Amino acid sequence: MSLSNRLVNLDRRYIFFVILIVIIIPYIRPLGLPIRVSREAEGFFSAIEKVPAGGTVLLAADYDPGSMPELQPMTLAALDLCFRRNVKVVGFCLWPAGPPLLNRALSQVAPRYGKEYGVDYVNLGFKEGQEAVMVRVGSALPEVFPADYNGTPVSTLPIMQDVENFSSVHLLISISAGYPGTKEWVQQVGQRFQNANREMLPIVSGCTAVSAPEYYAYVNAGQLDGLLGGLAGAAEIEKLAGVTGTATRGMDGQSLAHLIIIAFIVLGNLLYFLGGRRKK
Amino acid sequence: MLPESILLTLNGLFTLAILSFLFRDNPIYKFAEHLFIGVAAGYAVGLEWHNVFLPNLWRPLTGAGGAAGAGPRLILLIPFAIGLLMYSRFVSRYAWLSRWSLAFMVGAYAGLAVIGAAQGDFVPQVEATMLSVVPRAGTPLWDATNVSGPSAINNLILVLGTFASLAYFFFSREHKGALGGAARLGIWFLMVSFGASYGFTVMARYSLLIGRFDLLFIDWPAAAPGIAQLCMAFFVLAIIVATLLEVRARRRHTPTAP
Repeated sequence: MSLSNRLVNLDRRYIFFVILIVIIIPYIRPLGLPIRVSREAEGFFSAIEKVPAGGTVLLAADYDPGSMPELQPMTLAALDLCFRRNVKVVGFCLWPAGPPLLNRALSQVAPRYGKEYGVDYVNLGFKEGQEAVMVRVGSALPEVFPADYNGTPVSTLPIMQDVENFSSVHLLISISAGYPGTKEWVQQVGQRFQNANREMLPIVSGCTAVSAPEYYAYVNAGQLDGLLGGLAGAAEIEKLAGVTGTATRGMDGQSLAHLIIIAFIVLGNLLYFLGGRRKK
Repeated sequence: MLPESILLTLNGLFTLAILSFLFRDNPIYKFAEHLFIGVAAGYAVGLEWHNVFLPNLWRPLTGAGGAAGAGPRLILLIPFAIGLLMYSRFVSRYAWLSRWSLAFMVGAYAGLAVIGAAQGDFVPQVEATMLSVVPRAGTPLWDATNVSGPSAINNLILVLGTFASLAYFFFSREHKGALGGAARLGIWFLMVSFGASYGFTVMARYSLLIGRFDLLFIDWPAAAPGIAQLCMAFFVLAIIVATLLEVRARRRHTPTAP
């Protein structure tokens, strides 16, 4: 069997092995490859920067453990940016497995800035109803979430005293792994509700890499003020926030793995064309 | 609650069990897969019960969840009844009743979806493609501040790409002549967008793998030093032994030349 035939019929486990080696390298010796901040990530950053101190943001953590590596660093960085500017955070989830992840992120970042639960931030937990919940939040948030994740009535929480609906907040941060997520927030809320500044409610999104291409159209149309796509987006916001988290650390492996995939695509095409020419 | 070291050890062991599928389907992978499905189903039922049924229906209905002094909200009997009708599917004679619940849900969500798609997607996206492709006098074509933000070249590519891609999906006439040329150009734009989507998908998949490796190489060894290294060494050894056995078996079954 010729070399090209052997390569064409290569056991796919060799490819897995090569990828394994490539991703392990940065754990042994970090490469510190540069991270370039995109215009969309800058938009995400500056949208949070525009929220006045003492203002409130809604954080929709619509994801589950399956997309944690990409989205949890975004949540952490967004919370870091909010808390350092004394911006209050009202978090909730439209994905059933989201609340524990949001809790974990809040309990990780809040103590760093001396923030108090119920006063500076709250986790309202999960609510079933997808788009219906989004629209209902626009009229009466405390009716949609009568109690927080721990079962405490929201009427007893100081942070919720001034939060009635979208007109009580300055920004919506959607950290989204799919449906329901950023797309539905843009469709149902973006063009319909005003924020505390009597402007159309600005929305920024942190999403999985798979959904990012679809959401760039929303950035282009001005429906999203900023966008973080996948692990690269998470690393960009970490850079802007001045924190070194798991996304920044993972980008070395990510970049090397992409180079390997490009090499495999080039090799595969070469073998295909060489094989085709030989057959003719 | 279990200590962090035990949780991370379980996490690591199940990660290794799932990763073993990359070598070949095996009973350890099957065990992890089935356990995950069972746990996920149980978690979902518990979550719906505690986060949806009790706070949204049962407590307000019985007067336990409302504000002080507020009585039972009997209006909730209507959605409760509509929800119960869904279970009529289990009795073939009354299965038709479940269509009422379905009709209610389909109607409500179709209404929401139509408004969202028209107001939040269709109109703003059409607006976003109505761009000037003529540069402002006296400024170079590649200047980013040229035509209200994006450059005229970007706008031109966007408008061309939109028209060409739409032309590809116009099937009322045969793709010949000008329409055929536009459709072919549309294919190129679509291919570029598929390529971008593929690149992002690759990034997403590697992110998941990197997340698991973070657990295996950083979090787990930090929480359970010794145990993590031992388990991973055993895993690597098992893969090596399995590989050697497979190579040996293949050699035995390879027909020798006469």
